[in-house]
Amino acid sequence: MPPALRIENLMKIYPNGFSALKGINLTVEKGDFFALLGPNGAGKSTTIGIICSLVNKSSGKISVYGKDTDTEISEAKSHIGLVPQEFNFNIFEPIEEIIINQAGYYGIERKTAVVKTEQLLRQLGLWEKRSEQARNLSGGMKRRLMIARALVHEPQLLILDEPTAGVDIEIRHGMWQFLKEINQQGTTIILTTHYLEEAESLCKNIAIIDQGEIIENTSVKALLNELNIETFILDLFEPLQEPPPLSEYSIRLLENSQLEIEVLKENSINDVFKRLDEYNIQVSSMRNKVNRLEELFMRILNDKS
Amino acid sequence: MKLKHQYIAFKTILVKEILRFSRIWIQTILPPAITTTLYFIIFGNLIGSQIDDMDGFSYMEYIVPGLILMAIITNSYANVVSSFYGSKFQHNIEEMLISPTPNYIILLGFVAGGVARGIIVGGVVTLVSLFFTDLSIQHYFLTSVVVVLTAILFSLAGFINAIFAKSFDDISIVPTFILTPLTYLGGVFYTIKLLPEFWQAVSLINPILYMVNTFRYGIIGISDIDITYAFGIIMTFITLLFWWSLSLLNRGVGIRN
Repeated sequence: MPPALRIENLMKIYPNGFSALKGINLTVEKGDFFALLGPNGAGKSTTIGIICSLVNKSSGKISVYGKDTDTEISEAKSHIGLVPQEFNFNIFEPIEEIIINQAGYYGIERKTAVVKTEQLLRQLGLWEKRSEQARNLSGGMKRRLMIARALVHEPQLLILDEPTAGVDIEIRHGMWQFLKEINQQGTTIILTTHYLEEAESLCKNIAIIDQGEIIENTSVKALLNELNIETFILDLFEPLQEPPPLSEYSIRLLENSQLEIEVLKENSINDVFKRLDEYNIQVSSMRNKVNRLEELFMRILNDKS
Repeated sequence: MKLKHQYIAFKTILVKEILRFSRIWIQTILPPAITTTLYFIIFGNLIGSQIDDMDGFSYMEYIVPGLILMAIITNSYANVVSSFYGSKFQHNIEEMLISPTPNYIILLGFVAGGVARGIIVGGVVTLVSLFFTDLSIQHYFLTSVVVVLTAILFSLAGFINAIFAKSFDDISIVPTFILTPLTYLGGVFYTIKLLPEFWQAVSLINPILYMVNTFRYGIIGISDIDITYAFGIIMTFITLLFWWSLSLLNRGVGIRN
C-alpha cells in the first residue's frame, strides 16, 4: 500500500544559485499526524510549495497516495488540501463564495459544495459570518476560513503550514481539537509550526529540516526519549542569596526566589527535592524551562551547527 | 480530471469573473458607457456634422462600429489583466494552482470572463449609440463572430500582460502605450483610404484595423480590407496568443517561483 506522501531526492535550486532543498527524502504514512519542523528559511515552505505545485522543483520525485506529481498530477492534487502560511484568498469575496468556488475547482457540483460549505463553516464557527467579505474577518477567523477551504473537497492529505500563527490560545486549542478529530477520521496531516508544544501535543512522527536537509526523522516519542537533560524552573517560598552547592546538578539562581536546575534523565526529580530539603529550601511550584520538544529541537540544531 | 469536472471548474471561474466585474459595475460597465457617449456627442454630432460622408455613410454611422469594438477591445483586455494580476498579487491564484483544474481550463475561464465583460460593455455601448443613430446590422452572424473573436484575442493579450506584470504599473503600460494608439490608428475614426499610400501600408500591420473593418462590414456593410483575409489574421493571432499563454502557464512563469 503506498504511503500518503513519498519524497525522493527532492532538490530546489533557485536561479541565483541558492540551494533551498538538498535532496531530501521523506515518507509520511497514511493516517499519520506528522510534524515538519525547522528554523525559518530551513526549506519547510519550499517543500510544501513543491508538493502542492506552487513551486517548481529542480529535481526529485514526489508521490501522493501513490500518484506521481509529474505524471498523474491531477489525481495527486485531488488528494491534497493546503492551509498556507499566508492568507491567500480574495479579501473582497464573501467567505461562503470562497469555499464554494474552491470546491468548483475540484469539479464538485455547486449543490454538493453548498451543503459541505455549510457543514464546515458551522464546525469552524464561521457560519454566522458566511456573507461577510473575507477582509472583515479577524486573524483567527481567516485561519479557520483557510482550513474550511482546504477541507471542502475532503482531501486525504491535509498540509498545514503554520496554521495557528498569530491565533489566540483559546482558538488555537479549538483548532487542535478539530485537527485531532479529522486525523482520527483518517485524514493524514502534515503540520509545520513554530509552537513546538503544538507538535508535541498533536503529532505522532516528526522530521526536522535545516538548511535544506532532513536532520532528524523519527517518532515524537522516540525523539523525546533522546532528551538526556531536562531543565526545570523552581519557584521557592523563601528568597536565597546564592544557589545551594549541589555539585551533582548544574544549578543557578535566576532571581532571589527562582532556581534553574538541569536534571539528567537517569536522575530522579525526587532526589532534587531531597537535596534541596537538606538546605531547608522549600519549592512552591515547578515547570519545564521550555517545552521538551523545544529543548531537543534547539540541541539538535546546535549539534548540527 | 474528468471532462464533467473540468466543465464545473470552467463554469466556476467564469461565474466568479462575471460576479467580480458585476460587483464593481461603477468601475467596469459605467465608464465605457460615459466615454462612448462623449465620443458620440463630440465626434459624431458636433464635429461629425461638419465632415462629409464616408463611403456613403454619415460620419456618425461610420464611427459607431469602431467605437463599439473599441469598448469591447479595451474591456476584455482590462478584465483579464486586472483580474489575473489581482489574483497573483493577493496569491488567490494559488486556489486554482493547487487544484486539479488543468491549466487550459484556468486560461479558458479567465478568457471567457474577459469575453463576457467585452460583450456586456459592447451591448451597453450599442444601446447608447441608438440614441444618436439608427443601427441596422447587415450581417448578424459575422458581426457576432467578430465580436467574440476580438474579445477572445484581447482577453488572451491581457492574460499575457498579467503573467509578466510585476506591479500594478505594468498592467497599465501596455494599454496606455500600445493598445490605445493601435486602436486609435486602427481605422476607428477614419478610412485608411484617406491616408497617403505609405501610411496605408503601415496601417495594414496593425491587427486592430482588421477587426474594426470586419466589424464595420458586419454592421454597415463596408470595409477597407478583404474580410476573409481579416478573419485569417484574427484567427492566426488567437492561435498564437493561446499557445503562448498556455505555455507560460504550464511553465509557471510569473506564478510559480
